[in-house]
Amino acid sequence: MTALLETRGVWQRFGGLVANSDVSISVGRGEIVGLIGPNGAGKSTLFNLIAGVLPPTQGSILFDGEDVTRMPAAERCQRGIGRTFQVVKSFETMTVIDNVIVGALVRNTVMREARRKAHEVLEFTGLAARADVLASDLVPAEKRRLEVARALATEPKLLLLDEVLTGLTPTEAQTGVALVRKVRDAGITVLMVEHVMEIVMPLVDRAIVLDLGKVLVEGKPADVVRDPKVISAYLGDRHAQRA
Amino acid sequence: MDKDFAARRRRDLIIAAVLAAIAALTPLFVKDVVVQNILILTLMYAGLSQSWNILSGYCGQISLGHALYFGLGAYTTELLFTKFGVLPWFGMLAGGVVSALIAMGLGYPFFRLRGHYFVIATIVIAEIGLLLFHNWEWAGAAMGITIPIRGDSWLKFQFLRTKLPYFYFALALCCLAWFVTWWLENSKWGFWWRAVKDNPDAAESLGVDVFNSKMGAAAVSAFLVAVGGSFYAQFVSYIDPESVMGFQFSLLMALPAVLGGIGTLWGPVLGAAILIPLTELTRFKLGGSGRGVDLIVYGTLIVLISLALPRGLLSLFSRPKKTGAAR
Repeated sequence: MTALLETRGVWQRFGGLVANSDVSISVGRGEIVGLIGPNGAGKSTLFNLIAGVLPPTQGSILFDGEDVTRMPAAERCQRGIGRTFQVVKSFETMTVIDNVIVGALVRNTVMREARRKAHEVLEFTGLAARADVLASDLVPAEKRRLEVARALATEPKLLLLDEVLTGLTPTEAQTGVALVRKVRDAGITVLMVEHVMEIVMPLVDRAIVLDLGKVLVEGKPADVVRDPKVISAYLGDRHAQRA
Repeated sequence: MDKDFAARRRRDLIIAAVLAAIAALTPLFVKDVVVQNILILTLMYAGLSQSWNILSGYCGQISLGHALYFGLGAYTTELLFTKFGVLPWFGMLAGGVVSALIAMGLGYPFFRLRGHYFVIATIVIAEIGLLLFHNWEWAGAAMGITIPIRGDSWLKFQFLRTKLPYFYFALALCCLAWFVTWWLENSKWGFWWRAVKDNPDAAESLGVDVFNSKMGAAAVSAFLVAVGGSFYAQFVSYIDPESVMGFQFSLLMALPAVLGGIGTLWGPVLGAAILIPLTELTRFKLGGSGRGVDLIVYGTLIVLISLALPRGLLSLFSRPKKTGAAR
């Protein structure tokens, strides 16, 4: 079976800065893949290219067998790519349920069905008790959860999670991890950007390490963390030699 | 939870029906022509502000150029009537369609602008429209158009001896704009608009067609405002560029909604019910001395309300939500 998502030789330049150079990755159906790397490695850029915020300078992106390189974000969502934002972007003047209904409207044209779907997703993500609260009144961990709920309501095949576990307390992060597993068990492929290694590594099936815009290493999480190249990228050459 | 929601929707509809019924009965008790006049204008501005609220309140694209659509409605109706003998009822429809099309034509370039730049563009475009009509000979230029009066007639929608038909039309317009808002509020469009207002990037990522949402809101909003413009032209039976396309109309559409609660179902009606009588009364009592004192009085009031209740008067009535997080 072909991969659900594939990038082929993707480049992204911002003026003189090369954010992604010749990035070719693939994500198989049903996988949880972690996209990691030190700050400035080009994770967020690659993420935005896949979500359709901007087209790559060069290269192509395939989703579900279709070339989506130049497709606008809204259409990619209809094709089955859901995403969250690193800096949460809730609809602040709307209630939690209304936030999720916006996502549910992609596949449900009848309002009553969209509403039912939204309630279902809130139940799934553990936000049901907060349905009628304004999004602006949620605490940060709940806002992250709302981001995930909203994206899930679009019934994606691929869910892109942009640092949803970062900045949470250990307990909150553990509930987050459980939610991501639950999402995968529901048959949704997950590609997540994270830089908190100890949280993501036990969670993901495969890790792709980006450094300086290039794919540095990819493989099983246990192998990746021991790879001298990865240690050197994170901590510097001195530590790599010692390991 | 769904039941709560449906009950709230039904309650809004019932309140609206009761208010409309009460309004419909007022002419039985109010015989004073001056007061009737104020009531008509209040209803008209409530309807206009409600329509403005669709684009600017719900969809968040603040327009201070809606006078353009008001004027286009007025001009389309009267040009068709005086030049081609087309009945105002058809002119009203034509004005609405023309305005909706122009709103979309203007939206095409300008909806790419965000925030303040969009607001500035709307002001400028409306001023350009005003200048064009000032210089357009065929449309009467600065002299405007006087609507020939041939006695009371529903067909020609003109009445000399009574203001009641105007009153009922204004009431119908207000109800229509309210009902359209009520209906759209719980539709895909309503949700899309609010999402676009709050965060266009997030909306896009959830499959919302941001650009077309704005276009849809602009078309509905401009259509309804143009119908109001054509009504106003029939009501005053004389139009010139300044008296139907002047900047004050843009303000008088925005202010009631802002004052009552922008982006809310009841805000524009509440705002208009307070603001318009106040405008008219201060003008009646204090105006005439050179268009000054009346504006100062109600300008002060707006400043005070904005300072005390930045989310509009309606926020006085909204019950606190059962929220855990204190704010």
